[in-house]
Amino acid sequence: MFNALRKGFGLTFRTMFRPAATTQYPDVKREVQPRFHGRHVLNRYSDGLEKCVGCELCAWACPADAIYVRGADNTPDERFSPGERFGIDYQINYLRCIFCGLCIEACPTRALTMTHEYELSGDSREELIFTKEQLLAPLPAGAKPPPHTDTEVVARGFAYYEGDAAQEPTRGWRTTDQGGQAQSSGDPVTVDIGGGRTEPPSHPEHAQRNGR
Amino acid sequence: MDLVDVAITFAVALGAFALWLVGTALLIWGERRVIALMQTRVGPNRLGPFGLLQTVADGAKLFFKEDIAPRNIDRFVYLGAPFVSATVALVTFAVIPYGGTFQVSGREVTLQVWDPNIGMLWILAMSSLGVYGIFLAGWSSGSKYPLLGGVRSSAQLISYELAMGLSLAAVFIYAGTLQASQIVANQQIPLFELGPIAVPAWHVVPMLPAFVIFFLTSVAETQRPPFDLPEAEGELVAGFHTEYSGAKFAMFFLAEFMNVITFSAVMVTLFFGGPSGPLFGPGWLQALLPTVYFIAKVGIFLFVFIWLRGTLPRMRYDRLMDLGWKVLLPLGLFWVLATGFAVVLRTSTDQGTVLRIAGVGAGVALLLYLAAPLLARRPRRDTQPEPEPEPKFPTPSR
Repeated sequence: MFNALRKGFGLTFRTMFRPAATTQYPDVKREVQPRFHGRHVLNRYSDGLEKCVGCELCAWACPADAIYVRGADNTPDERFSPGERFGIDYQINYLRCIFCGLCIEACPTRALTMTHEYELSGDSREELIFTKEQLLAPLPAGAKPPPHTDTEVVARGFAYYEGDAAQEPTRGWRTTDQGGQAQSSGDPVTVDIGGGRTEPPSHPEHAQRNGR
Repeated sequence: MDLVDVAITFAVALGAFALWLVGTALLIWGERRVIALMQTRVGPNRLGPFGLLQTVADGAKLFFKEDIAPRNIDRFVYLGAPFVSATVALVTFAVIPYGGTFQVSGREVTLQVWDPNIGMLWILAMSSLGVYGIFLAGWSSGSKYPLLGGVRSSAQLISYELAMGLSLAAVFIYAGTLQASQIVANQQIPLFELGPIAVPAWHVVPMLPAFVIFFLTSVAETQRPPFDLPEAEGELVAGFHTEYSGAKFAMFFLAEFMNVITFSAVMVTLFFGGPSGPLFGPGWLQALLPTVYFIAKVGIFLFVFIWLRGTLPRMRYDRLMDLGWKVLLPLGLFWVLATGFAVVLRTSTDQGTVLRIAGVGAGVALLLYLAAPLLARRPRRDTQPEPEPEPKFPTPSR
């Protein structure tokens, strides 16, 4: 009995002098794992164009129905993405999101990735429905904010879907863009985004935007 | 008895009050910190230096919380129970000397609120009264869990009070007095000299079994782990104070932790020489040192209380009762007898007669012990096990 008591009480006593496993969280933040599922980011190409083509595959993949996407057509004068269409509205509801990452797997252009940011709390529902402005990655250095004209885009001569102008997806949210590194395979077929191939705007929203 | 006397009495009472209240706040903080250390955590460390103000913040929060009372309570008793607990906890420490004696304007001041000749009986009486606070709280809450918690705690407290009383009785027989100051004074005579150091005759040396019994029972009386069954959260939500919130809960909480300090102080007083210790230095230091010794000794026991909580899992209820009734109570009885025998033998002039009477007594006891199994009717035990009942579940008809 006494040996058991000695062992038990000795253990707790010795533990008192061991360093605590606690991280002083708000003061010290622990590095998360590289593939951590944090809040989302809508990536850009290095010239500033958005990667999102408004295909809504992420919204379809989402098991929690947390994503809302509406696509719209690019026009020769106002081009937001290298594709035919772009996401004119993009919202993620972080009250519903379960951070499963199926949207990331669904995204055909690697437009949607997840960052390392996990501090997602808010006082209201509105605060936790992130809009496209909040989700878009910051502009790479020297890039021009979209919309670009087709002339500009063609002049750059990038084959976007072959890895030109691709960027490493943003990890840490507020880190400056590292840029440059080509994306590995897995992207869909290259389309010629040269002038004249995009269809004329037909969506009423689009017309309204152009009229403005 | 003039104004100065009254002022001194008030000052001493206030000193005790401050010591115990501050001690309680520090104990709650210290318990959380020490337990955290034992679990490789940090504990409260954000409010004030080392998180010292955390208890203050928690207390303030509790007192400003909404006062919720369930509908089917016995209102009078429900509201009164926390006061019983808190008042009892607050008056218990009155008889404990917490410092030395010094001169103030030509008067002798002893840092002890009250020194009646019934002394330590006051402690026993008040700790028994504490049961009422707990039991009335459990009964008046009008719901099942508090009732069960209340029943458990009163059963536990009453069982362990017996053994505690016996262990104290042994000390009283040995010391020949109930007065706290006398008990402390008795422990200051040197037991033996070790060169220049005089080892004081603390009661823990001759009364070691009584100390062990008292320590175990005081853990049970204060309902600390591993004997915290009245509020076993896995079984009874929070036990007797499940239906209490806000300031009323705070009173129970305060009483609980204050009792821990009081029982540690009783242990120090009875077994570890109270506030005594080597005195040196100038006059003011000599006046202060006993209080420092007292706080240090109590602090060690408080640490042991916390250490127990950090190490031991909660006991099963039947084992708790077994320990109280089958181990501590007989041990206490035996020790009271042994102490009484020793004291009588020491003081009597005719030691031969005492020894002869004791021998006859021991012989009779031995005979009874051997004969008890033959005399007691054994409970009938069926050797045949009950036949398995036929399965009653519906079977498909053929």
